Amino acid sequence: MYVAVKGGERAIDNAHAWLAEERRGDTDVAELSYAQIREQLSLAVNRVMAEGSLYDPDLAALAIKQSRGDLIEAIFLIRAYRTTLPRFGYTLPVETGEMACDRRISATFKDAPGGQVLGPTFDYTHRLLDFKLAADGEVPEAPVADPRMEATPHIAEFLQGEDIIEREPSSDAVPGDLTREPMSFPAGRAVRLQSLARGDEGFILGMAYSTQRGYARNHAFVGELRIGTVPVEIEIPELGFAVEIGEVELTECETVNQFKGSKTVPPQFTRGYGLVFGQSERKSIAMALVDRALRWEELGEDNLGAPAQDEEFVLSHADNIQATGFLEHIKLPHYVDFQSELELVRKLRHEAAELAETLAAREAAE
Amino acid sequence: MPQQLQNTAYVGGLSNPPVVSAQAFRAAMNAMARPGRTEEINGAIPPDGISVAAGSLLLTLCDPETGVYLAPDVDSEVLRGWLAFHTGAPIVAAEQADFALGSWAALTPLDRFRIGTPEYPDRSATLIVEVPGFGAPNAVLSGPGIKDAAKMALPDLAAFQNNTLLYPLGVDFFFTCGTQVAALPRSTQISAEA
Amino acid sequence: MNTKFSAEERKGWMSLLASADEVRLAELWQEYGADPACEWLRAPEAGGVMVRGRMGGSGASFNLGEMTVTRCALSLEDGTVGHGYVQGRSKAKAGMAAKIDALMQTGAAAGLSTAVLEPLAAERKARKTARAAKAAATKVEFFTMVRGED
Repeated sequence: MYVAVKGGERAIDNAHAWLAEERRGDTDVAELSYAQIREQLSLAVNRVMAEGSLYDPDLAALAIKQSRGDLIEAIFLIRAYRTTLPRFGYTLPVETGEMACDRRISATFKDAPGGQVLGPTFDYTHRLLDFKLAADGEVPEAPVADPRMEATPHIAEFLQGEDIIEREPSSDAVPGDLTREPMSFPAGRAVRLQSLARGDEGFILGMAYSTQRGYARNHAFVGELRIGTVPVEIEIPELGFAVEIGEVELTECETVNQFKGSKTVPPQFTRGYGLVFGQSERKSIAMALVDRALRWEELGEDNLGAPAQDEEFVLSHADNIQATGFLEHIKLPHYVDFQSELELVRKLRHEAAELAETLAAREAAE
Repeated sequence: MPQQLQNTAYVGGLSNPPVVSAQAFRAAMNAMARPGRTEEINGAIPPDGISVAAGSLLLTLCDPETGVYLAPDVDSEVLRGWLAFHTGAPIVAAEQADFALGSWAALTPLDRFRIGTPEYPDRSATLIVEVPGFGAPNAVLSGPGIKDAAKMALPDLAAFQNNTLLYPLGVDFFFTCGTQVAALPRSTQISAEA
Repeated sequence: MNTKFSAEERKGWMSLLASADEVRLAELWQEYGADPACEWLRAPEAGGVMVRGRMGGSGASFNLGEMTVTRCALSLEDGTVGHGYVQGRSKAKAGMAAKIDALMQTGAAAGLSTAVLEPLAAERKARKTARAAKAAATKVEFFTMVRGED
């Protein structure tokens, strides 16, 4: 049986009108502009850009305003908007070695060339609420020192000299694009990285944490973590050369992982990689750990049956828009589905009651 | 490229792309849905030697992710420049093409083109065949989108019949002349006009 | 109409315009004064490009996510073609970039460069230097306190 019903338009319109009013809140309190969100809630903006998979701080700020600060709802808005944009092409791979770094630290080498640059970090703060901020805080000016304008080399380059760390093979292969082709398994590292880069921060964090707690432990050190801007170049077909079309802020994490070697490879360090739009270091470290855990097969390691080693499991559940879409749809009307379940359960109860009666009658007769 | 050649590449695009390409897409869709029936299609002014219909189809259907094969009789520096500017579509060999453009003689043999796979029959080529006109019909068409029978002039019968035998795999065809387009999907049965 | 310029030079000014602040660009363009007649070859349109990264920062490429870009193309009355490819969704900015790209290929190049491009480049450099100076101030200076020998 299928019953189509209509109705609820007025209720829906009124609900949306009330939503708009609630979004605004108390009108005696000044309204937020999207520029304020972009400038003052920039890490939320970064998360929406990373998981919305579209770098545009203004749009992400607008989405956060529209969604009343529900970041997954904001990511949903960005994903929906993204599908309306014609795709002009693919950029040349960004060169993170050329990054203008705001932050660059290494947990493996104290004296890394370029130094340990902390940048605007929450690390070493005491996590005490700062009530000065509530009282219209003045902004202290950040101190300055002699700027270093040359590029900061990647830490991995130093280890490569001894062959003590695996090399990243370069390749001209066109990487798979999960926005164009449905994901299939095995997905390959390129699609894995794309999926992790836009995956839910909480999910990736949980997966990464599971590897640290022993589910496919891979002994990760943060070889390097850097945050900064890189230029983005695209080949313009009608010009026949590449031009810079802008700059994006990225967070990159490269882990150095212990590897005991395999039949063909002597013991050496292996690598996990994380790259995320915006300033998002928790996500990029987590991404690197999960990337490394998913590489067990290509490195000839054992499958320990850990969730973080299961590519199908990780990639199929990393996307919060897919997840929330499927999860939340069950709150929408399922009147007919439920009606049939209801009838079934009533029938089963009726049969069970009849059976009990029959048995009781038989027992009484005996 | 010399300036003059370069400027030829830049003109003749869709004047109001969202509207014009939607109208052209509608024409292409209707043509494919009603095999053998001609539709008006325009919007683009391609370089000399290419019909308005073929140019409008290319600008409507192609983008940087669709490989285009240009048969030798239509291939030129000017057309390549025009396609690059207006669509960004890469020029590829027949074997990799999503779309192909040329006269029937230049596009054959057909077995060079992708016919899709059983899992993805859509990963196949669409051929845009420039024809001198939609003259006296020599083929009777039947199948999806045709109520009883339709008639059409085809440059060959056997080649199209063989393509139909590959169904659900195979290639699909547009025929273009002036501002008119007709289509022949792989699902159409073809017999000779009695 | 065409003056001599290299692809490298053109790449330089197009890149500068792409990431320029729109308000500042509009200000400088207005101060420059001339606004030549032109014809759209491609009216400004907003779209996306897929940004690629490299595995491990140096290896094979993968798709990271998209960014918004607006592009357009126009021709001046003398037939010179200008292209605008700029970050974001501003059609006005793409239009200015394309006009400047066209004019930079003509005799107007020297004056335009002084009026618009040089200030943009200087300000961009100053912005980058200021950020690098703040980063430099957060560089850790290690010092060894006691080296244990037992």
